[in-house]
Amino acid sequence: MTMINRAVDIAPDTGTAEAAPGITRVEVTVPTRAERAGRSYTSRDKIYPKLAHGTFRKVKWAVMVATLGIYYLLPWIRWDRGPNLPDQAFLLDFANQRLFFGPIEIWAQELYYITGLLIVSALCLFLVTAVAGRMWCGYTCPQTVWTDLMILVERFWQGDRNARIRLDNSPWTIEKIWRKTATHLSWLLVAVATGGALVFYFRDAPTLAAELIRGDAPTLAYVFLGIFTATTYLLGGIAREQVCIYMCPWPRIQGAMFDRDSLLISYRGYRGEPRGPHRKGQSWEGRGDCIDCKACVAVCPMGIDIRDGVQLECIQCALCIDACNDIMQRIDRPQGLIAYDTFRNLDAASHHERAPLRLVRARTVLYAALIALVGGVMLAAWLSRSVLEVDVLHDRNPIYVQLSDGGLRNGYTVKILNKTHATRTFRLAVDGLEHAELSIVGLGAGSPAIDVVPDNLRALKVFVTVPAAERDDLKGTTTPLRFAITDVNDGTTTYHETMFQGPSHE
Amino acid sequence: MTNKDIDSVTGVETTGHVWDGNLRELNKPLPRWWLYVFYATIVWAIGYWIVYPAWPTLNGYTQGYLGYSQRGSVDKQVADAKAAQAKYLQQIAATSLEEIEKNQELMPFVIAGGAAVFGDNCSPCHGRGAQGGVGFPNLNDDDWLWGGTPAQIERTITYGIRSGHKEAHDTAMPRFGLDGILKPNEIEDAAQHVLSFSGKSTDPAAAERGTKIFADNCAVCHGENGKGNQELGAPNLTDGIWLYGGKLADIEKTIETGRGGVMPFWTGRLDPVTIKMLAAYVHSLGGGK
Repeated sequence: MTMINRAVDIAPDTGTAEAAPGITRVEVTVPTRAERAGRSYTSRDKIYPKLAHGTFRKVKWAVMVATLGIYYLLPWIRWDRGPNLPDQAFLLDFANQRLFFGPIEIWAQELYYITGLLIVSALCLFLVTAVAGRMWCGYTCPQTVWTDLMILVERFWQGDRNARIRLDNSPWTIEKIWRKTATHLSWLLVAVATGGALVFYFRDAPTLAAELIRGDAPTLAYVFLGIFTATTYLLGGIAREQVCIYMCPWPRIQGAMFDRDSLLISYRGYRGEPRGPHRKGQSWEGRGDCIDCKACVAVCPMGIDIRDGVQLECIQCALCIDACNDIMQRIDRPQGLIAYDTFRNLDAASHHERAPLRLVRARTVLYAALIALVGGVMLAAWLSRSVLEVDVLHDRNPIYVQLSDGGLRNGYTVKILNKTHATRTFRLAVDGLEHAELSIVGLGAGSPAIDVVPDNLRALKVFVTVPAAERDDLKGTTTPLRFAITDVNDGTTTYHETMFQGPSHE
Repeated sequence: MTNKDIDSVTGVETTGHVWDGNLRELNKPLPRWWLYVFYATIVWAIGYWIVYPAWPTLNGYTQGYLGYSQRGSVDKQVADAKAAQAKYLQQIAATSLEEIEKNQELMPFVIAGGAAVFGDNCSPCHGRGAQGGVGFPNLNDDDWLWGGTPAQIERTITYGIRSGHKEAHDTAMPRFGLDGILKPNEIEDAAQHVLSFSGKSTDPAAAERGTKIFADNCAVCHGENGKGNQELGAPNLTDGIWLYGGKLADIEKTIETGRGGVMPFWTGRLDPVTIKMLAAYVHSLGGGK
């Protein structure tokens, strides 16, 4: 096997260590672009992202605090639902097949609300992507946030980019061992805390916390704690950008989501090229603003060069904007050589024109309309959600029963689901056949009281009989009929349509 | 590696394969972690062979360290299900049929279990919904040949009808025509008389002639007014329900042949608790007395 063709810097080596007076040129290959060939695998060039300073870095710190804060605090918010119910505001109670979101309570059979929520989330992701690219990836994706957090920890123990490279290249000294150990232990600590926070969503948080401290939590809690610890440590600490590049399907869908009017993090080549180091006193006429200092590459957590344009690996975290703006300020050139911009404007600018930003366009309007539609349907479904569900099933075999006195009887299964947290008492009546007699197996004839205990379903076998003398009431083989279910306590009545079947001819 | 083929555009080595004369594939290697995961799956497979049944041998297969088998797993599930049912079955055994129907906790089990047993054993004749058919009674209605109380139903299921069991309901209607007891014209008159109970006689004169024939031959079991007798399994001839059909020809055929339908006995095939559950289920179908 021959080692060949290790791709190096994209810009030609100009043989200087300074990109501009006072600005060191970072000696950096573009790790993610480095290729290996002729081997059964490609090793990864480790990325050492340099700490960026600037607006977007500050925004990202704020987003990290906000998202992690919400994630860690949410399970601890209490919500009083009365006796016999969990008082955790956000609880995925799989054991009892209930999801609690504050005042909202979703039963297993209503999981379509979650489906709706996922659809709305996906559409929101589409909309944001159409407007401003991979905002989700760059700022709020858990993979990004935790990788950022893990890098923060790494930086705390091992220093910034240059110190980390030095440490990695140095032999295994006591100092290297303890710095590495401290880093990995801290990662594990972060990972445990992460896994812990997730299990709190599935079981009463204070109870589970006490159980975990005492060591008598359910086995499943430890299993999931272990799984989430391992995945956080592996994906956030070790795998990092490889998750986005190799595992995540989203980057591959991006191409269909962007268009020429999407705001993407872009290197403004029309301003930057031709790039090259800037000598002291050299004129800026006839050359680009890019001094090829590679500050943008050094800060990139994905190990790419944004100057290559939009690419699958770019999560659009905007750190290169910060890095470049810092440099532009120091060399006294206008900021925004790297900035959020649209393809349309980049094209126009290369002809010395400007293309206005078009936020309202077919794609965004469509996404917004779909979000409004699905959201509206969900809201309507939620507002009309009943705390009582009744199903009436007509017997199919036999469809009707001829009685010895000439009467006709139909059988029904009536299922009453009480979604409240108190026992409810109902009375059942037939509406539509004046002389029909009703009886319920186990409860008797007439209109017996039907108790349905809280959070429960009661199935009743109900018989409706039309006496021989009243068979004239029937309208042919099928007579419309409805059951009236009356709540004895509040007097409300709901109706459920069904039919009464008889023989085809008399 | 003598014939190294380097793609001129990217500078990357190709796999050496050429399609359609000029299509080449860059040899882009897998990420290292991916390759290691692949190796890990191989290690996993070896572990799996050791722990679980895996390889066929000449007279069986490798059992695996855990001794797992799907059959054993099913056996355990069946045993678990039986154990879970035991508590209900004991309760059913200890509770009277009347009490079972009032027991809200027991009844869902009885209905579900009874329906399953009914489907396996009774539905070939009585139909999936117990709706019956010609010769096989509808168990949903309120017309019972041998009585429709829970206890009577339980007895009928246990011993059957003309089943050969010594406790079975054994009385049968004579074969009036085949055995030459009645002549064809007498049979027709008797049938007309039977129809007259429900006001459906087509020949009042024949029905009138049938009065004496009925009194002499039929009233012993069916009663003077044709109301039937559940002690003897003699059907009520005045209602609208006919096991073998209510038309003149059907009734003539019945008188001629005596019918004599058979239901097998289930004692010995189903255990007493199952039969009890079945009786409660049949009784709950709506016609029970």
